[in-house]
Amino acid sequence: MTKDECKQLVLSIIADIAPDEDLTNVKPDVRLREQLQLDSMDFLDIVMELRKRHGIEVPEAEYIQLASLDSCAEYLTPKFNALAGQS
Amino acid sequence: MNSPSHYDTVIVGAGMSGLAAGIRLAHFGRRVCICERHSAPGGLNSFYSIGGRKYDVGLHAMTNYVPAGTKGTPLGRLLRQLRIEREELALCPQKQSRVVFGAGGGAGLRFTNDRAVLEQEIAEKFPRQIDGFRRLATSLGIYDELAADSSGASARAVVRRHIADPLLEDLLFCPLMYYGSASERDMDYAQFGIMFRSIYLEGLARPFEGIRPIIRVLLDKFRVAGGERRMNCGVARLVERGGRVAAVVLDDGSEITADHVISSIGADETRALLRAAPYATGAPAVEGGRRLSFVETIRVLRTQPRDFGWGDDTIVFFNDHDRFDYAVPAEPVDLRSGVICIPNNFDYGGRDLPEGLVRVTCLANYAAWAALPEPDYRAAKARWLGAMTASAGRFLLPVTEAALDAATVATDMFTPRTITHFTGHWQGAVYGSPCKVRDGGTGLANLHLCGTDQGMLGIVGSMLSGIAAANRHVLQAAARA
Repeated sequence: MTKDECKQLVLSIIADIAPDEDLTNVKPDVRLREQLQLDSMDFLDIVMELRKRHGIEVPEAEYIQLASLDSCAEYLTPKFNALAGQS
Repeated sequence: MNSPSHYDTVIVGAGMSGLAAGIRLAHFGRRVCICERHSAPGGLNSFYSIGGRKYDVGLHAMTNYVPAGTKGTPLGRLLRQLRIEREELALCPQKQSRVVFGAGGGAGLRFTNDRAVLEQEIAEKFPRQIDGFRRLATSLGIYDELAADSSGASARAVVRRHIADPLLEDLLFCPLMYYGSASERDMDYAQFGIMFRSIYLEGLARPFEGIRPIIRVLLDKFRVAGGERRMNCGVARLVERGGRVAAVVLDDGSEITADHVISSIGADETRALLRAAPYATGAPAVEGGRRLSFVETIRVLRTQPRDFGWGDDTIVFFNDHDRFDYAVPAEPVDLRSGVICIPNNFDYGGRDLPEGLVRVTCLANYAAWAALPEPDYRAAKARWLGAMTASAGRFLLPVTEAALDAATVATDMFTPRTITHFTGHWQGAVYGSPCKVRDGGTGLANLHLCGTDQGMLGIVGSMLSGIAAANRHVLQAAARA
């Protein structure tokens, strides 16, 4: 999993959670909540979908790592690869 | 445990909040079982058929309606959380509503789903209050109803800081109380804010087919997500051990177990399930006071209401006095005020409902109805149907009794007794207890409340309540563990 693939994966989760949002111009280094109408329930769902689809666990204290696409990629890519290495 | 009788969560009640909670949990892989005593889902917003004709139990209109593309609203949050597309609900907006006071209909306000209409009405009719109204609306527009704490402040007291005219104050309170207050005469300010936004700042709408398409969407989502639903299967008892629910005893005496229990049947009603000897018959007298309940008549017409000149108003909130008295009446029915809902008068995009429908709702006294022997009960319903029709008729374009009777193909009526019979909510309560449990806690570690007594009301509110309960007490609790 590359960081770019990870960003695409997060975007596809957001597309399912918030289908009414326009995701075509999301800037990776800007906080998602500044570009999109996402509230704390939506972020809970991103976390829940990561676990449901990919088995990734994000503790509540680390939700802040998901603030932007770049920070998502930094935080999640190693988790994906660690899981891949175990399978 | 993987036995077929153990679940991650058991949900008591297949009403709006229970179904919404179930969808959230099933979607994220929890084994969920919703137990419903009645044969039909929907709870206080269920449906039924008589004589081959379909009726809705409670639906006048859904609140919180906003146009497509509006972001950051309760409706939008609901659609996202339940993964429902807006089109699936097929909501059609109201045409207009009126609040009318005085036996001659002398004072009133009109409002639509465009908040500018209400503002304009107030500017014209109460010019000295318009600035205060704008201040009030602005301060309420930023309220987040999912905040767990309640302000505890009196809504009347807060409103009076902005609006000095008691008539305007009552006109504004009237629809909000009828569509969501469990408290007599006043409301919690937080609750007032929720209702103000959902009706005056947002709007009212209804699907062409009434409540059934909404329930159908919820049932499908729940089923597709893998949830289990047992109908004609009420929960008779909750067995407590060590501060937790250890077992759920069903009406047939069998037991199931669950890590979590979410109950939508009401706070006192849930506590009653924990008692060692549950009440043998009926609903007990409620400690600490009576509950607000209603009677409602439904009249089916062979013509469209517009043929009587009744085609403009979707909902009319009426009151024949200067002051509005929202309280449990001493008599069986309080004819002084009420709600007229004409389901034909939503904007269905050129379609007409197959028949005319007129619903009249008035405040009612549960005890007065509950005590009647069956033949007297039926006779009383017939008597009050006529009286309610006459009372409400003062606020619509006049139609002779003969003309109305000639046009009527069917009538039905429900009373507080009907409500308790089919939903189990005590004292025929439609909006639950005046004491809300905002955090949904019961004192037991794995038993939580959703629905009316959690504090969020109406179809949208109760669904959000179920969503919040599932998120907070099961999904997020697991994430924290």
